[in-house]
Amino acid sequence: MSGDLAIDVQDLTRRFGAFTAVGGITFNVRAGEVFGFLGANGAGKTTAIRMLTGLLVPSSGRATVAGHDVARDAERVKRDIGYMSQKFSLYEDLTVRENITLYGGIYDLRDREIRDRSARMLANLQLEHAADQLVRAIPLGWRQKLAFSVALLHQPRVVFLDEPTSGVDPITRRQFWELIYDAAAGGTTVLVTTHYMDEAEYCDRISIMVDGRIGAMGTPAELKRDFKVSSIDDLFVQLARPTGSAQGPAA
Amino acid sequence: MSALLGLLRKEVYHILRDRRTLVVIVALPVLQVIIFGYAIRTDVDHVRLAIVDPAPDTVTLGIRARFAAAGVFEDVALVPRIEQLEDLFRRGAAQGAVVFEAGFAERLARGLPAGLLIIADATEPNTGSIVASYATAVVQGYQQEAPPSNGAIHIVPSVRMRFNPTRESSNLFVPGLMAFVLTIISSLMTAISLTREKETGTLEALLVSPLRPWQIIVGKVAPYLVVGFASVVGVILEARLVFHVPLRGSLVLLLAEGIVFILVSLSLGILISARTSSQRVAMMGALIGTMLPTMLLSGFIFPLESMPWPLRAISVIVPARWFVLVARSIMLKGVGLSYLWQPTLVLLVMALVLLTASTRAFHERLDQ
Amino acid sequence: MRRILFLARAEVLHVVRDRATLAQVLIVPVLQLLVLSNAATFLVTNTPTYVVDFDRTSVSRGLVTRFRASGHFLVDEQSASPELANEALLRGDATMVLTIPHDFEATLVRTGSAPIQLTVNAEKGSAAGIVQSYATSIAAAYASELESSVRGASLGGSDAPPVRGVPKIDLRVRSWYNPALNYKYYMVPGILVALVTLIGTLLTAQNIAREKELGTLEQLNVTPMTRGQFIAAKLLPFWALGMLNLAIGLLVGALVFGVPMRGSLLLLFGAAAVYLVAALAIGLWISSVVDTQQQAMFVTFFVMNVYLLMSGLFTPIDSMAPWVRTVSQLNPVRHFVTISRAILMKGAGPADIAQPFLILTIFGAVTLALAIRQYSKRVA
Repeated sequence: MSGDLAIDVQDLTRRFGAFTAVGGITFNVRAGEVFGFLGANGAGKTTAIRMLTGLLVPSSGRATVAGHDVARDAERVKRDIGYMSQKFSLYEDLTVRENITLYGGIYDLRDREIRDRSARMLANLQLEHAADQLVRAIPLGWRQKLAFSVALLHQPRVVFLDEPTSGVDPITRRQFWELIYDAAAGGTTVLVTTHYMDEAEYCDRISIMVDGRIGAMGTPAELKRDFKVSSIDDLFVQLARPTGSAQGPAA
Repeated sequence: MSALLGLLRKEVYHILRDRRTLVVIVALPVLQVIIFGYAIRTDVDHVRLAIVDPAPDTVTLGIRARFAAAGVFEDVALVPRIEQLEDLFRRGAAQGAVVFEAGFAERLARGLPAGLLIIADATEPNTGSIVASYATAVVQGYQQEAPPSNGAIHIVPSVRMRFNPTRESSNLFVPGLMAFVLTIISSLMTAISLTREKETGTLEALLVSPLRPWQIIVGKVAPYLVVGFASVVGVILEARLVFHVPLRGSLVLLLAEGIVFILVSLSLGILISARTSSQRVAMMGALIGTMLPTMLLSGFIFPLESMPWPLRAISVIVPARWFVLVARSIMLKGVGLSYLWQPTLVLLVMALVLLTASTRAFHERLDQ
Repeated sequence: MRRILFLARAEVLHVVRDRATLAQVLIVPVLQLLVLSNAATFLVTNTPTYVVDFDRTSVSRGLVTRFRASGHFLVDEQSASPELANEALLRGDATMVLTIPHDFEATLVRTGSAPIQLTVNAEKGSAAGIVQSYATSIAAAYASELESSVRGASLGGSDAPPVRGVPKIDLRVRSWYNPALNYKYYMVPGILVALVTLIGTLLTAQNIAREKELGTLEQLNVTPMTRGQFIAAKLLPFWALGMLNLAIGLLVGALVFGVPMRGSLLLLFGAAAVYLVAALAIGLWISSVVDTQQQAMFVTFFVMNVYLLMSGLFTPIDSMAPWVRTVSQLNPVRHFVTISRAILMKGAGPADIAQPFLILTIFGAVTLALAIRQYSKRVA
C-alpha cells in the first residue's frame, strides 16, 4: 500500500495511565534506509520501538511496518522484522551455533538454509573458531555482533536495533556500524536507537525525540544547516534545553 | 541505639504501608489451619461396606442389622457372590465387605461353625485395620449375646483413653498444623522482606551504614515477631472456637513458647535469604529440601515413634518437631514447664544458633 | 510443529547445561523417595509401654512377655507405682500403661475371667485405636493359649472335642491388596507423585519468569511463534522429564521397596501423560502471571502446599470433612494419586479409573488453555 515505505507512522501515541510516553509521533522510513532514532534516556525511544515491533499496543494513531498494521496485524509484522533489544538476548548457556539454529528454526528456515546461513554468518564475523563455545564465554563485543547477525538470520525487511552499541568499546562500535551498512546495502531497512550523538552522523536520516515527541528530523547535514549548529551533539543540547524548543523544520 | 530505633521505625512503616501483605501474613495461617484442619484427619467414620449374602436368613439379617446400627458403616452394595466384590474394591466404591456363607443360620442350628469373612481394603493399612477391627467388633458383639462357653478363659481389658478420650483427629492435628503453618509463614516473611531489600539495593545501603549486623537483624526480626504473635493468637483462638481443641495447660506458657518458635522460624528465613542471593538453584533446593521434610519429619502427620531411628535422629533438627510436641503437650496433656523444659531449651538454642549464623552471614557480605 | 521442536531442544539444553539443576531434578528426588518413604507410616510399632504389675505371678509375667514378644510394644519400664506410670505418660516416655491388678492370677483361676487395665495416650487419635486393638488381641490370644493349656492338662493331652451347644461363627478377616499392611507399598507411589509434581511445577513456574528477567523473552515475543507453540515447547521437555522421573521412581520403588505392580504400567504412564500436562500447565500459568522467579517460587510453594496436603497423599480423602472432599475434586494431584495407587496396588483397569482419568483430562485441557491465554506476547 505505501509503495516503498518500510515504516509509516501517523500520530502514534502511547500512554501509561496519566503519563504519556510517546505523544503523537509521525514519520516514515524508506526501504533500505538507515534511520536513527535519537533521544535522551526516557525520551520514549524504547516505547516507540516496542509499538513498532508489536510488543506494545498503541493507545492511538497508526503505524505500518513492512506493509502490515502493527496494532491489527502484529503477528504478520513479526515475520518480516528482526529485533535486537537493549538487554542482551541470546541464551548464554547455549553455544553460538545452538542459538543460531534455535532462531533459524523459529523463523521456519529449512535445515539447509540454517546450515548455509550460519556458516556464512560465522565466516563474516570471523567467529568460526567459537561456533561451539557457550555464548557466555565469548567477549561482549562479539556477542553484540552475533546478536545483530542472528536478528538478520531470516532476512527480514526491517530490523529494529534498540541501543545496540551501549557499553561497547569504540572499535567494536565501528565494526558494528559496518555490519549495519552491509545490511542496508542488502536492502534491509534499519531503524536504530542510540544516545551516542556521533553515531547520528552514520545514519541516512535521524529524528531526535524529546519528551515523547519528535523534536527534529532530517538528514544530519540538513539538521546542522537548519539549526545552525556544528554537530548533532550541539543540536541535541539545544533541543533538550527547555527554552530553545521545537520549531525546527519537521520533514 | 537511636540508629536501631530508626531502623525499627522503618520496618514498622514497611509493614503498615503494605496493607495487603500484612493481611496475608496474619490471615493466611488462620485460613490454612481452617482448611487443613478439616482436610487432615484420619477418623474412619463412613465406611463404605459391601455385603455378600447369598441366602439371607434370620441370623445374617440380624448381623446386618447390627452393622447398620453401628453408625460407622454405610451399605453401598448387596451382592450375591464374592467375585463381584473385586470390581467394587478396585473402583474404590467399597472399603470393606462382609461375606456370609450360604445356609448360615441352618449351619449354626446344626451346631456347625458358620463362615463369616470380613474383607478390608488395606491399600492404606491404617484405614484397613480400623475397618477390620470395627467389623470384627460388630460380629463379636453379636456373638457375645450367646451364653459364654464352659471353661473358656477371658482376660477383660478395660481401656482408658487419656488426653483425647474421643480420639478426635482435630485434637491431634490442629496443634501440629499450628506449628507447620507458622514455620512456613514466618520464615517466608523475613525471607521475602530481606530479598526485596536486596533486589532494590537498599540492603547494601544498610550494610554500609553504621548499623551493626546484629542491629539490622534485630530491626528485621522484632516487628515481624509482633506480626507472628498476632497469627499465633489467631490460630489458638481458632483451635478453641472452630475445632474445640481443649487447652488444658497454661495459655501464658503456650503463648511464650509460640514466641520462641516464631523467633526460630524468622531467623531461619533470614539465614536462608542471607545465604542465597536469589539464585534459582538455591531457591529450588530450599523449597524442595524443606517442604516435604517439614511435612513428614515434624511428627505433625506421621508419628515419629514409628520411624526408623535415622529419621528420628534427623527430625531432631526440624524446629517444627519440637513445637508440635510442646503445643500438643500443653493443649492436650495440660503439662507445665517442668515437663517441657527440654524441648523449650532446644528451641531457645536453635533461635540462638540461627541468629548468630545469620549475623555471621551478614559479616561475610560486608567482607566481600 | 518444527518451531516447537527447535525451542524444546533449547529448553533441554538449558537443563542439561545446568549441572546443579540436573542433580536436583534427577538425584535428589530418588534420595527423598528412599528416605521419606520410611517416614510416612501410621503403623504403630514399638509403642513405649510402662507396665505396672501388682500381681507378679507367672501368669502376669506371661502376659507381659507376650506383649514384649509381639513386636508392637516396647516394655522398657516397670514398677508397682501408678504415680511413676502417670509421670511417664505425661512426660511422653510411655504411650501405654498396662496395669495388672493384685489378684489377677487368682481371679483368673477362680472365675475364668480377670481384668487388666490399658491406659493409652490418645493424643494421636487413630494411632491410639490401633494400639488398643493390638493390646486387646494380645490379651485375647494369651487367654486362649491359657485355655488350651488348662484344657490340655485336664484331659491328659488328648484331642479336645469341639465345645458343643454353643453356636460358633467362624470369623475370618482378610486384608485385601496389602495383606502385610506394609505402609511403604502405599506411600511410595504417593510420594513419587508428590516429587514428580513438585519438581515439574517448580521448574515450569520459574521458567518463563526467568526469561522475563533475562530479557530473552522479549526476543522470542518479536518472532512469529504463536502462543500455543510457545507453551507447547516449554511444556514438552519438562513433560518428558516428569515421565523419566516417574519411571526412575517406579524402578526404585520396585527394586528397593518391592512395591507391587499389579496393573498395567502402560495404563499408568498413559494417565501420567495426561496428569503431567495439567501439573506443568499450572506451573506455566503461574510463570506467566508473575514477574520474577522469586514470586514464582512463593506462589508455587503455596499452591503445592495446599495441593499436597489435600490430595489424600498422607491422610485419606475419606476422612476429610465433606466440603473438603468436594473441593478436593479440583485437585489434580488427588486424582493421579488415586489412579496410581489403584493401578499399582489393586490392579485396576481402564474402566476402574475412568472417572478420575476423565477429570484429569478436562483439568489438563482447561489449565493448558489458561496457560496459553495468560501468556502474552506483548509487554504490560
